[in-house]
Amino acid sequence: MSVTHEYLEQRLERPSLVARLGVGDWLWAMALIAGALFAHRRYAELMDIYEIGILYGTAIAFIPLGWAWKPLRGLGVVVAALSIGSVSLYGSELAAGESRFFLKYLLSSQSAIMWMSALFVMATVAYWFGFATRSEFTYKVGSALTWSAAAMGLVGLMVRWRESYLISPDVGHIPVSNLYEVFILFAIITGLLYLYYEKRYATRAMGAFALTVISGAVAFLLWYQFERGAHEIQPLVPALQSYWMKIHVPANFVGYGAFALAAMVGVAYLIADSRPAGFIAKRLPSLTQMDDVMYKAIALGFAFFTVATVLGAMWAAEAWGGYWSWDPKETWALIVWLNYAAWLHLRLTKGWRGRPLAWWAVVGLFVTLFAFLGVNMFLSGLHSYGSL
Amino acid sequence: MNLAITLLVVIAIASVIGTVLQQNQPFNDYISKFGPFWFEVFKALSLYDVYGSAWFLVLLGFLLISTSVCVWRNAPRMVRDMRHYRLDVQLRSLRAFHLKREWERPLLPAEAVKRAALLLKLRGYGVRQKQEAAGAVLLAGMKGGANRLGYILSHSAIVVICIGGLLDGNLPLKLRALSGELVVEKRDLPASQVPPESTLPADASSFRGSVSLPEGAKADFIFLNVGDGYLKQMLPFTVALEDFRIEHYATGQPKSFESDLVLVDNTTGETVKKTIAVNHPLVYKGYSIYQASFSDGGSKLQLRAWSLDGPSSEAVPMEGAVGDELRLTTPTGPLTLELVNFKKFNIFPVEDDPTGKTHRNFGPSFVFKLRDQTGAALEYVNYQYPVPVKDRLYYLSGVRGSPAEEYHYLHIPLDERGGLDRFMALHASALDSERVRAAVRSQLEGVQEKPSEQVRNEVVDSIAALVQMFVVQGIDAVLARVDGSVTDPAKRNSMIDSYIKVLQGVLGELYIQVLRDEGLTPEAGVSEKDSVFFDDALTALSMLGPYGSPFYLQLASFEQRDASGLQITRAPGKDIVYLGCVMLMVGVFLMFYVHHRRIWVRVAALNGGSEVLFAGSGNRDRVDFEQEFTTLAEELDGLLQGHTSDKAE
Repeated sequence: MSVTHEYLEQRLERPSLVARLGVGDWLWAMALIAGALFAHRRYAELMDIYEIGILYGTAIAFIPLGWAWKPLRGLGVVVAALSIGSVSLYGSELAAGESRFFLKYLLSSQSAIMWMSALFVMATVAYWFGFATRSEFTYKVGSALTWSAAAMGLVGLMVRWRESYLISPDVGHIPVSNLYEVFILFAIITGLLYLYYEKRYATRAMGAFALTVISGAVAFLLWYQFERGAHEIQPLVPALQSYWMKIHVPANFVGYGAFALAAMVGVAYLIADSRPAGFIAKRLPSLTQMDDVMYKAIALGFAFFTVATVLGAMWAAEAWGGYWSWDPKETWALIVWLNYAAWLHLRLTKGWRGRPLAWWAVVGLFVTLFAFLGVNMFLSGLHSYGSL
Repeated sequence: MNLAITLLVVIAIASVIGTVLQQNQPFNDYISKFGPFWFEVFKALSLYDVYGSAWFLVLLGFLLISTSVCVWRNAPRMVRDMRHYRLDVQLRSLRAFHLKREWERPLLPAEAVKRAALLLKLRGYGVRQKQEAAGAVLLAGMKGGANRLGYILSHSAIVVICIGGLLDGNLPLKLRALSGELVVEKRDLPASQVPPESTLPADASSFRGSVSLPEGAKADFIFLNVGDGYLKQMLPFTVALEDFRIEHYATGQPKSFESDLVLVDNTTGETVKKTIAVNHPLVYKGYSIYQASFSDGGSKLQLRAWSLDGPSSEAVPMEGAVGDELRLTTPTGPLTLELVNFKKFNIFPVEDDPTGKTHRNFGPSFVFKLRDQTGAALEYVNYQYPVPVKDRLYYLSGVRGSPAEEYHYLHIPLDERGGLDRFMALHASALDSERVRAAVRSQLEGVQEKPSEQVRNEVVDSIAALVQMFVVQGIDAVLARVDGSVTDPAKRNSMIDSYIKVLQGVLGELYIQVLRDEGLTPEAGVSEKDSVFFDDALTALSMLGPYGSPFYLQLASFEQRDASGLQITRAPGKDIVYLGCVMLMVGVFLMFYVHHRRIWVRVAALNGGSEVLFAGSGNRDRVDFEQEFTTLAEELDGLLQGHTSDKAE
């Protein structure tokens, strides 16, 4: 006799997504919804209908993200706890940031961002040390430091958001409005994207490369702060006072972060490929795997960059009176998009792999860098929200 | 496909040009930047309007055609690919697959087929089955067909976006201008004088232009920028600006600006009232009105002109509005006074403010230009109220030769009553040769030796000339004269010292007289304040030469009038473009995150058991698919072991 259909089905059945969720997952979902409800109740008069939509949309989007990538839940809890702690220490007095110990040295936005910077640099050192010595322990320290850096960066942004309202209610805004703030965002997002791939591919060997570009961003951030005083919270120009900023900018930086990550993996690939038996190649994952990470990162970046550019066009239609004006920033967004579109075509339709695409990804980083930094530095246009 | 990649790269590179070279600037700017030769070369290449140039449009056209052809050619195949389960695959090609496993198992073929089909279904594959001629059974599984839909969506999106953009572009206008049917106006004309051949009727299907409306004014037209000229576009409605408001942050940056608009439909008479602001446009029947900018709309300024080139100490009242050009006659020839701008607030950062504020408002200011007959102009900015500089108050007036320069400021000290009268009285008496000579004489009284009358007169003459030179041409002229007469540095310095002493003495004498005229008694001693005033006044006098204006314009009062910069557009292609954008976004995500995967299981009877061939293909995501394939193969392996075997029973 044959085995029953039911028996086989039972044997092959994989538990459904919902069945696989643990208590932590449900708590995560509830905490996000509760947080959104609380924020809605408390700040309803500061938000328009779109912003309320974005608030709930974000909360809902992060539920499956936390389910699919469990460590995100821990990060969320830590960031929420520290941010709430900091905000309550502030009360309604901005000056508390100078007088209270925990604020001054840990949780004011400036201190948190300094901690983020220090932790990212330490993580970079740890990853390189781990890379050189192949020490699993040092690698783990590197991961832990990167997680901590991302947490402190997010706390810094959250608290900065609150501080801007403490300066004056009409100055208050989400801290993604100028070059200084988005550089913090860039470091955090690139770090988190790296951590995601680290887990997914179960290798920490690419950390040294990924963290190097983040340290570069941190170096720029520190220069920008100490030389140019860019960390001062500035009020928003009228064109930026829009809910679009809350979705356009983060979507863009997922794109930029992913492209930066792809470029650094590209660098690792090129080194490993040119000296296959060398010191570095022996420590890196296989070329195929790095090639795959590069593709994954560029695909993710491209998808988000597409969304960000479309959102940008829609915002431009509302703020500048036209969805496309060939403004330098718009044009460079198009150039970046075309560049990666060409990359993807080469890979998907021509079947290119490896070396040439790794070179292209590295060059792509410079194109991307020009789009988000160079345009502000060298070109003038409507999108001038942070000059050097 | 090579063409597609080449086009993507070429368009990217071409796009760079227009960001490096600022587009659509006045041609004169380009001429002065590149010189006449390169100006013409670049103009021939349309580098001043790259994105509107024929060659760029041709490139985009190629992209459009190439993408259309790709979609046209591939879409039917993609749709087939989405729906077809490759049941026609040959054993030989399955054997050639990179991903394959083979088993020989003592399991009845029918049972093996059943179990394999179940596994594939449970793992998300759609499954089709075929009885092959050789008695074998072929199972074809597929999932992620939406990936192909992603291809179609994202590529048609490019076509849709291009078509939408084309509808909103100004290509038809350019063609009409090229054919001579339209004439692009290049002169600076009032709207009412723009000729009909440069005017477009109100029924245009798409446009994007702007108009600046002063408060209380209305318009039923806008201006479209075309090349280095413009066209006048009539509107099917009239828009009036009732009020314009601007708010500032404590730091002086604009916080918001908004316009109260009244729109009246020219055919139906329908009226719409709305307040627009940046990010909050007014949309009416497919037309959108945006708050784009603001400027002065002709504020009325009441001015007082204090002469700086004659011995008069009385101010002459004047009146004008921003935008006016007033023709004046002065002893040095005719001058045009152009009232350029008015600002009600001037908020600047301040340090160590007693109240702890970081910014302070320095009050209203206005900008004007003085243009002489040759067309050369100096630009001035004058503040209405005194401005504190190092704890003392001054009337500030800045002057510069071109907008690229920084202003050089003249600091005029305030008198007892906070006015300009004392300084102007001192200035007037310094230009009054009788008074100057009298002052020089009285200074000479104190000298021990009494020279002859003739020497005396010569000395008086030369000192009076020195004072004249100091006040009219400034301290630099005096220094230049010293440099022209002596070369020995020691002598030079002593000469300068004595000149300055003489100037201080004579002007001090005049100052004493001015104080007396005010009814004060300087003989009893000059107060600290009055002597500080004198030092400041000397500094100000020494700067009048380079200041270059025959008068000092004081702002007495003003009546502000703002103008709101409106951008009015009609973009029927917008919704098409947005549709294309949605298709693009959905398509891209489908392409990257839905994986099209195929799997085959071929079961043939062999020695009473089964011969099973398992093969898969998933080209685009090889690494992931290999993982999935391996897992599936292991599971299938386990199933085929079958802990209950039909054969055994």
